[in-house]
Amino acid sequence: MPRTLFDKIWDSHTVNVMDGGPTQLYIDRHYCHEVTSPQAFDGLRRRGLRVFRPERTFCSPDHNIPTHDQEKEIADEISRRQVSALTANANEFGLTLFGIMHEKNGIIHVIGPENGLTLPGQTIVCGDSHTSTHGAFGAVAFGIGTSEVEMVLAGQCILQPRPKTMRINIHGRLNPGVTAKDVALYVIANMTTGGATGYFVEYAGDVVRNMSMEERMTLCNLSIEMGARGGMVAPDQTTFDYVKGRCYAPKGDDWNRAVEYWKTLPSDPNAEFDREIDFDGADIAPRITFGTNPGMGMDIDGTVPSPDVAGDDQSLRSYEKSLNYMGFSVGQRLEGHPVDFVFLGSCTNGRLEDFRAFASIVKGRKKASDVTAWLVPGSWAVERQIRAEGIDVILNDAGFELRQPGCSACLAMNDDKVPPGKLCVSTSNRNFEGRQGPGARTILAGPLVAAAAAVTGVITDPRTLI
Amino acid sequence: MNQLIMKEKFTTITSTCVPLPMENIDTDQIIPARFLKATSREGFGENLFRDWRYDREGNRIDSFALNDPRYSGCILVAGKNFGCGSSREHAAWAIADYGFRVVVSSYFADIHKNNELNNFVLPVVTSETFLSELFAGIDADPSLQVCVDIERQTVTNLSTGRCERFEIDPYKKRCLQEGLDDIELMLSRKSDIETFEANRRYPVL
Repeated sequence: MPRTLFDKIWDSHTVNVMDGGPTQLYIDRHYCHEVTSPQAFDGLRRRGLRVFRPERTFCSPDHNIPTHDQEKEIADEISRRQVSALTANANEFGLTLFGIMHEKNGIIHVIGPENGLTLPGQTIVCGDSHTSTHGAFGAVAFGIGTSEVEMVLAGQCILQPRPKTMRINIHGRLNPGVTAKDVALYVIANMTTGGATGYFVEYAGDVVRNMSMEERMTLCNLSIEMGARGGMVAPDQTTFDYVKGRCYAPKGDDWNRAVEYWKTLPSDPNAEFDREIDFDGADIAPRITFGTNPGMGMDIDGTVPSPDVAGDDQSLRSYEKSLNYMGFSVGQRLEGHPVDFVFLGSCTNGRLEDFRAFASIVKGRKKASDVTAWLVPGSWAVERQIRAEGIDVILNDAGFELRQPGCSACLAMNDDKVPPGKLCVSTSNRNFEGRQGPGARTILAGPLVAAAAAVTGVITDPRTLI
Repeated sequence: MNQLIMKEKFTTITSTCVPLPMENIDTDQIIPARFLKATSREGFGENLFRDWRYDREGNRIDSFALNDPRYSGCILVAGKNFGCGSSREHAAWAIADYGFRVVVSSYFADIHKNNELNNFVLPVVTSETFLSELFAGIDADPSLQVCVDIERQTVTNLSTGRCERFEIDPYKKRCLQEGLDDIELMLSRKSDIETFEANRRYPVL
């Protein structure tokens, strides 16, 4: 029977199927950060357990860490305690840790791929919903809760109900000035914020096939924002070229055997999906969000749409609450609207290509004087690449400075908080109320839109600056 | 089984409800990120829906359901797509710590649903009609009671008598009813894991 990419990986990692219930799924790679793991390690201690397969877990503090002066002690005491707990737990249980200032430190979803830890055909979990990022390599990767982190540490397996499968085909070609982030925001707006709940999504079609690995990571990263359990792209030559030679990637004969296996993974021609949806890449323009969930998005030159007329009382009330929070109204154009903050970074858009894109707009221009801009590389490796390519010089000349890597203003667990009422154009993944700080208002966008806002001080269509 | 790990067994629950008639309530609202720095599981209830319960000066927002004396009970009723966004289990800890045992909605985000189940909070999925009627009923009479019977897998609006069956994975149902813990169960099958590892065709991964 023809099988999907998802089926092949899921089936080959199935240890047991519980009576009428979840699959006991074997996990190849477990990524661990400081926020969702301390209670899991406590659980192990309480049970008197060691980590079952310590070589399969990799730890990196990212959520809490400051983006300046990392060489000094973390000023915030509670953050410091949480980061120290990760170090102590990694040491006690014999896990690999890329601690603060380590050359491999960075956002866990950035460093996994760049070190060749993330590979096609794997099952990957992390106590973080954006674990879907790793699906870009043709892996089954998804976020889990802390009880499940404890389960993986204790037995290298997880109990999961088998999700349904969905294929989203994006056909044709993208227009100039349209990025992977715009594609994702367009798809999410069409699917709605909960529209893929219960599904594992495979992205396919010419647009996806022509994407770089960084772009595929951005696309898969945002799968959770339409409720999907995960997103994935079939591995191909682009994938193999990216992985080859990276630190933890297979070498020599192992490499050849791995590639041979990876080539068997793509969905069979007649494989059936529970749902299949098609989009045309040519319909996609640069996107922004206008509300308080990532599904509330529009073309940058559009107007805030009316709520769905079919919606019930709760829908209308939620829509109204959302627009009130943002200070926008139905029919309003957002182009030209003043911006207070710009954030470039996160596991969604904190990679080298994102900095290249941002720099392509700001080159030869100046940062708008009333905009505060936070440019935060996803990892030290990204930071080194930025410097090696001289992108830092372009940014500095335009009045920007580079910060140190971490999750930063994506969720404002460190000092990078947008003040109440201020509007931030952000390349991150969530525009929820208070996500970037209590009372902060977020417009999600790609790196080109962020750059255009940073140099003009208002929401600007980047196509006018290219 | 270790007593510390044993959870309270789940039986039939009859209670008044706290209504949150809003869609897409994300886990950042349930527990904002700045409260995720604790390294234990306790005390999160205090900050459940923090920014909806209190204003920036720390004053209670009286109109919010959790602060409204008309509403009480251990059943939270919320609009569709409850618990979307971040995987933080702190959201389920906060809900449980506050005293809720059941959350009723017309659908839940996947990760949060698992997190609730792993913390012995029962997510009950109803039809849109049941949910709308329940919101209207609570609005008209906050003393309205709902009965959730896990054995029969039914949820009943005791004011109208409308009763619906809800789905729960049989394995998770047993865990809740018997106070069983996933990890103990999995460890009892460790030899299966070792056999799986030994028989893998692609050890390079």
